[in-house]
Formats: sequence, C-alpha cells, structure tokens
Amino acid sequence: MNASVQLEDLSVRFGDFTAVSNVNLNIDGGEFFSFLGPSGCGKTTVLRTISGFLAPSTGRVTISGTDMVGIGPNNRPTALIFQNLALFPLMTVSENIAYGLRIQGFSLTERTKKADELLELVALNGMGTKLISELSGGQKQRVAIARALAVQPKVLLLDEPLSALDLKLRQHMRTELRAIQQQVGITFIYITHDQGEALTMSDRIAVMSDGVVLQVGDGRAIYDNPTSAFVASFVGENNAFSGRVTRIDGNLAQIETSTGNLVGRNPKGLSIGDKAILFVRPENLNFGQTLGNVEFEAKFNSAAFEGNATHIHLMGAHGGEITVTLSRSDDFNVPAKGTSLKLSYQPALGLILADGALASD
Amino acid sequence: MLLLSYLERRKSTDPNTKGYFEKNGKALGTFFICAVGFWMILLIILPYLYMVIESFHPKLPMKQRGGPTDLVTLDQYKSFFIEPSSGDWNTTHFWAFFYTIIVSISVTFFNFAICYPVAFYLAQSGKKMNVRFLMLALVVPYWVNEILRAFSLRLLLTSKGVINQVLLAMGLIDSPIDFLGLNIGLYVGLSYAYLLIMMFPLYNAIESLDKYQIEAAYDLGAPRWKIHRDIVIPYSKPGIASGCTMVFMLCAGSLAAPQFLGGPSTLWFTSIVYDFFFQSFNWPRGAAYAFLLLSACVAFVMITLRIFKVSLGESIK
Repeated sequence: MNASVQLEDLSVRFGDFTAVSNVNLNIDGGEFFSFLGPSGCGKTTVLRTISGFLAPSTGRVTISGTDMVGIGPNNRPTALIFQNLALFPLMTVSENIAYGLRIQGFSLTERTKKADELLELVALNGMGTKLISELSGGQKQRVAIARALAVQPKVLLLDEPLSALDLKLRQHMRTELRAIQQQVGITFIYITHDQGEALTMSDRIAVMSDGVVLQVGDGRAIYDNPTSAFVASFVGENNAFSGRVTRIDGNLAQIETSTGNLVGRNPKGLSIGDKAILFVRPENLNFGQTLGNVEFEAKFNSAAFEGNATHIHLMGAHGGEITVTLSRSDDFNVPAKGTSLKLSYQPALGLILADGALASD
Repeated sequence: MLLLSYLERRKSTDPNTKGYFEKNGKALGTFFICAVGFWMILLIILPYLYMVIESFHPKLPMKQRGGPTDLVTLDQYKSFFIEPSSGDWNTTHFWAFFYTIIVSISVTFFNFAICYPVAFYLAQSGKKMNVRFLMLALVVPYWVNEILRAFSLRLLLTSKGVINQVLLAMGLIDSPIDFLGLNIGLYVGLSYAYLLIMMFPLYNAIESLDKYQIEAAYDLGAPRWKIHRDIVIPYSKPGIASGCTMVFMLCAGSLAAPQFLGGPSTLWFTSIVYDFFFQSFNWPRGAAYAFLLLSACVAFVMITLRIFKVSLGESIK
C-alpha cells in the first residue's frame, strides 16, 4: 500500500529565516521522488515537515488527500530514516527492526518472524542476534531500512542515507535501494546533495536552492533541459559563458561573449539584448573543427585521467575554466600548458538561459 | 616508583597502548600516585581502619587503654542486638536502624521521581534560555549552608510556618497541618538536600543520548512513556545507578535534616551514632554502630546493582 503526498503552498520559517518557501508539489503513490540541492537549501526541512517533526508556517501537507495538520510523526503513515540512522545501541538487530511492531503489541514470535523476513529483504539473513556495534556502515544502513519498513509505512522518507558510506558501497546501495523500492512498491521520498544518486534512482527529481524548488522533472529533463542557470550548473558538470543575446534564428539564438559569438537553443525565448548564459556540457565539446559546429578557442591547462574518462581543463578567453570530457576511446595528445586549442560543439547542444546565480557561487 | 615503571615497560608489548608513566611522564606520574595515595591512605583508609579497630574494643577511660582490660571483644556489636544495661532486645535501636534504611530508600525513590523529569527537560527538550534559568534556580540554593537550609525548611513547615498560614488564609484547611510531626518535613528536607546529587549524573547520562533515537522511536509509533521505558531509561541506567547510590548513602548517614525536621517519633540511626560519640563518649560502641550501618548500606547497594544488572564500574562513570 502506498500513498501520494501533496505539498500545497508550503513555507517553513524559523524566526526571520525562511527555510522553505512556497513549495507546491504532487508526489505520486509508488514514486521514487528525490529532493536534490546543496547543503542548507531546505530539503531536510521539507522532509521533517512531511514526517511531522516540524509544522508548516503556511500551507499544508496532505497524504493521499488527508490534511496532516496536528498529526504527529507517530500517527502519520510515514517512516523516516535519519541521516545518522539513529539505531538503538542497546538492542540487537532483530529487536531494532521489530521495535515498531513491539509498540503495536505483536507477540515475540510474530515479531521475530517479521524481522527475519525483512532481514532477508535487505540481504542480512541470520544477523538478527548481532548488536548494532558489530555491524559495518552498509549493514547498519540496511537495518535502518528494515526497521522503517517493519511498520509498513505508505511513504518512506530518507534523509541522505548514503552520505556516510564509501564510494563503492554507495554505488551498490543505489541499485539496492531502487530494487527494494520497486519490490515493496511504496512511495520513497529521498533527499540528497549528490546528483549521481538522484539521477540513477529517481522517477522524478525536484532541484532546490535557498528554500525554493527550481525545477521538477525526471532525470533526462533535469539534465538535458534545465530551466534555470542554477539547475544547469548544479546537475552534472556544465561550462558557462556569460554574455548578451545578439541574434535570434527560430529556436536558436546567438550570444556575444568574451570568448566569441556562441550559438545555442533558446527554449526560454530570450530577446535580443537580454543578459544570458550559454551552457555546454563537457561531454558535448570536441577538439578540432567540424562543419556546422560552433567554434571557439581556449588555452590548455591540465588533463585528469579518471579511468573511464579523461577530463581536460582549459582556460577560456572569458577568464573562466572550461572542461572537456573525453571517453576512453577518444584520442588525445597532451600538449604543453598554455597551448591554444580549438573547441567546437553542435549548436543544438548549447543551451541559453537567463542570467542567474550558478551553483558554484 | 622505579619498580612500577619497570614492570610496566615489561608488560606492554602493544606499541599503541601507552603505559601510565609513558602517558604522564615520570615526574607527573609519581606526583599523581603520591598525591592520590596520601589522600586515600591518610584521609580515608586510616580513619576507617581506626574506627573498625575501635569497634572491637570495650569502652575504657584514657588511662586503661592498651592495658590488661583492653581486650578484643564483640560486645559493642552485641549491644546493637541486646541492650547491655537491661539485657532485653534492643528494639529501639533495631527500629531506628530499619527506619533509617527504609526512609533512605523512600527518599531515593522520591528524589528520582522528581529529578528524572527535570533532568530530561534540561537535557533533551528544554529551550536554551529556560534551561539556563532552571539550572541557576537549582544551584543557587546550594550556596546556602546545609544546616541553614534545613532550618529554613523547618520554618516553612511548622504549625505557624508560611505554608500553614497560606493554607489557612485560603480557607483550604481549618487547623494547621502538623507537617513535622507527620515526618513530611523529614522527607522534604532529605530529598531537597540531595536533589543536585541525583540531578547531575542523571542530566549527564540523558544529555549524552542521541536525540535522534528518541525521534526515531517516536516516528515508529511509540507514545512518550514507552520512549522513556525502552530508550531513555535503559540508556541512562549507569547515571541512575550513580545518582541513586549516592543519594541513598548520603541519606542514611545524614544528620542535619533528621535533627531539625524529624518529628518527635523520629529516631534516626545516625543521630544515635552521633550521640554515642558526643554525648556518652562511647566511641567503641559508636564505631560499631557506624560500621554496622555502613555494611548494611553497602550490601544493599551491591545487591540492588546486581538485580538491575549494572556493574559498579559503569555506575561510577
């Protein structure tokens, strides 16, 4: 059983500080929905408001249409997995998982049986009698998930659960979490600052910054068609060139920058004279010249080998850094530092958006 | 000292664990041992040793001590059970002994019942300004002398005291309540005297609890009282044990509160010991009684710790 979550005009204020501002969202039942944003953007506040630990200053949270006002976390059909997991250190794994059931009055045999089922679901068979202190980070993570699932919530809320794990484990848990969600079928609301996690696991993502939801969409929409400079620069790597719009040609536009005249798509319909930023993804830039492509020059700085890809860092005429990502199969001879190289990209792969704050600011 | 440090170096083969002298250096390490040793031997072990020896001797004037009549005897201990002058069972002292222990246990419970909610509020749920204010309000009375505190409580609780006057004025009672005669004064006085002794170990224990565990239990559906039963109290068991042990021991050995606040029927065991020392100058008997009380209290504490499965080391933390 799963539930949908609606946030209507949700704002949360602490004194003078507005943590969350006018969020309007409809999360479908059974969806894996992520809130993505840098630290301090308000995503934890949203999560705690949905789970009932915080009350909205304005607006409301409804779950499957029922207004949650005045209902505490213990009475909502939600379960929260905390960032530090908050497992009970004096209880065994099995007792931790079955705690919610113990509260509900189930007998010991029933609880042990349910705990064993859940241990199997999270691939921790036979670990029921261990103490929490005997577990590794990844195992503790799974106990936390099992404990939350034991009370059969309709919505599972996860607060950056993978941030304390090492890289390999994080990657492994991404697929596992997604698999568990699809198997159990409940709504997952996941918050993270890691876009890789958000992109690989979610059905839809809401990108947040400074308490405001900037864009909602699936992974491709967010990555290929960001609607604001922040989203374009936060999700994945992106090269940014500031300038002014000088020409419009159908759905393409040209902006004049210190690096030269660059062409890109103009989905927002900016007019001539508007201040704009052109974005090109590092993987869409090529070295050399190709007919029909937009060209410009940059000075070579360094090359970083990352296994399956090589990142070339260059310095653009606009004074900013430019990154080109080449896959393993591309040839690249490392020149001397400062050598001027020609770069090009297909016009449709450039994106022109209104001038705004970038993620790195 | 040299022998100790030599033995230490021989024992530790693990390069990571630092021996005592390695950690503190020879000079400081020696100072610590000497200082603590001096304190322990001179101020704790020797006096107790003297008292224990004293309790096995008869009561003799100065001249006859060490003489032929000074024999090791169990008479003093026997006198607790059988009154030496009349040969009857020493019911008065018996009764006083058990009364003291029972009251101490009750005061410990009462004290805990008051301190636990306050400690929890201070440690987990209070807002910063309120917490600071409450802490101050708790600590400031202790700047006043203990005897003065007991006495001022007496003034509050007598028939003409403030509480009775207010109750009479409000028309809630017709005649003054005899708080002191009913021993309510004694309970209040003893609880109040050792409030902070219970408060701080409790506060420390609860404060170190990760507040997200409380939230997690709440989120899983636990009502508040179950959160306390399942999460907070098991976690703070060492702190609770520490506070309760100290309050119990201090209560049993307390003098000022029972003296000023006890009703006429109160016969406090420690007062009896005090009288032996300073009224009848019967030091051996006083020592024997004191040692009996100490043994009973220690036995009680050890048994209770065992029942609740708290180790002594944990509770001292």
